[in-house]
Amino acid sequence: MTIKGKAYIAGIYEHPTRYAPDKSTAQLHAEVAKGALEDAGLRSEDVDGYFCGRDAPGGAWAMVDYLGLKVRHVDSTESGGCSYIMHLGHAAEAIASGKCSVALVTLAGKPRTGDIGTKAVGAEEDFEAAYGATTHNAYAMCAMRHMHDFGTTPEQLAWIKVAASHHAQYNPNARLQDVVTVEEVLASPMISDPLRRMDCCVVTDGGGAIVVTSKEIAQSLNRPLVTLTGHGEAMKGPRGGNRLDLTYSAGAWSGPRAFQEAGVVPQDIKYASIYDSFTITVLMQLEDLGFCEKGQGGKFVSDGNLISGVGKLPFNTDGGGLCNNHPVNRGGMTKIIEAVRQLRGEAHPKVQVPDCDLALVHGTGGLLGLRHGASTAILERTQ
Amino acid sequence: MTETKTYPAPKENPETTPFWEAARDHKLLIKRCNSCGEAHYFPRSICPFCFSDDTVWEESAGTGEIYTFSIMRKAKPGPYAVGYVTLAEGPSVLTNFVDCDFDALRIGQPVKVVFKETEGAPIPFFTPA
Ligand SMILES: [Zn+2]
Repeated sequence: MTIKGKAYIAGIYEHPTRYAPDKSTAQLHAEVAKGALEDAGLRSEDVDGYFCGRDAPGGAWAMVDYLGLKVRHVDSTESGGCSYIMHLGHAAEAIASGKCSVALVTLAGKPRTGDIGTKAVGAEEDFEAAYGATTHNAYAMCAMRHMHDFGTTPEQLAWIKVAASHHAQYNPNARLQDVVTVEEVLASPMISDPLRRMDCCVVTDGGGAIVVTSKEIAQSLNRPLVTLTGHGEAMKGPRGGNRLDLTYSAGAWSGPRAFQEAGVVPQDIKYASIYDSFTITVLMQLEDLGFCEKGQGGKFVSDGNLISGVGKLPFNTDGGGLCNNHPVNRGGMTKIIEAVRQLRGEAHPKVQVPDCDLALVHGTGGLLGLRHGASTAILERTQ
Repeated sequence: MTETKTYPAPKENPETTPFWEAARDHKLLIKRCNSCGEAHYFPRSICPFCFSDDTVWEESAGTGEIYTFSIMRKAKPGPYAVGYVTLAEGPSVLTNFVDCDFDALRIGQPVKVVFKETEGAPIPFFTPA
């Protein structure tokens, strides 16, 4: 059994807003749903599967009712920022097994306005809550150990932000559109050692949605055909503190699963959307996915190697979370959307990868240094 | 440096009460599995490595070394250092480093446990040994 070639991303939509105090969160979900369906050329009554994460107000049943959908399949898998890449894989599974044929996935929220929910609490709470492990320092702890074990430098991390900024200059919706230099990144204030402000992604309101359909429906629509050929997911935590190693992520497991299913290798990938909550997130994930050896990520990202038209692996050509958009503090959805733009040839001409027919989307969710999920998707343009 | 920081009281439950009882005597407990021999932290009743229910409490020497850390520069009431300590018994423990010069912290540095009071049971922290 495989999902290879069973499901197609027929519709995509990224909300243009980066600040939305005048809109409700449910409204943003509806606006991105409408945008993605219109992009696909489908109507809301065509939707028979709905997928959402914890950002959907009231969860799946409230959103299905608010949107007026009639669905025969729902999935509210929650894994932070990579939830939507998991939803993509799960939508393909549901379509492959006949449970639905038009799956709608939405993400939206307003962390910049200040409307952000509380996190779920696990058994670890009493043993960890007092120590103030937050998003910033949980990723910073991984960066600190990575530098210790492999000699990774702040300059190398800065190159990731520099590459993102080179792409964001062409995105009129990007939160940050100025090109920055390694020196400027290193001069930004220390937030949580060794991560500086410019190692961190932006905080934005907004959202995005995708519509995933069966092959038959995708072929009936007037859109380029983009199919999912491989998908993987995994989770990682301290697991009792046994042989703790914070220098790799769950991507080390989700990545090979996706590549194996797709029957391709990292060297085949022409464009990669890599979740960039922080610069270190990108560096570790590139290693874990096999774009370079573990510990060589610093060398790999240096000297513009991630810049479209300059380096070997163009990444996050919309400017990514580091510069463009990070709606609801969750980057998975916008990663899928930019990969589909690239495969359709609809990215900005200055960053469009020539003949881009194979792309990778990868994200993490949760706290890299504590507990996190990861999901990898391989997308191919078939026509 | 004056410590004005307060910490949340742990909510004890039947699975973890012995840990917090020991913490009141400033003793750090870990769990070890009689079936596979592996130690773990935080404590579970079922071993996360082999699923045996034959897990027993063990007092840690309270010593170890810094696995990693990060200093949160902008925090109230002031900066703090979060990190992991790898205990002499094996498990790594999420903690804060306290009563020390944060800028002198190093990976591999020897540390020892200290307890800080809360409105409930005391909570373990680490400081340079
Ligand atoms: Zn065991």
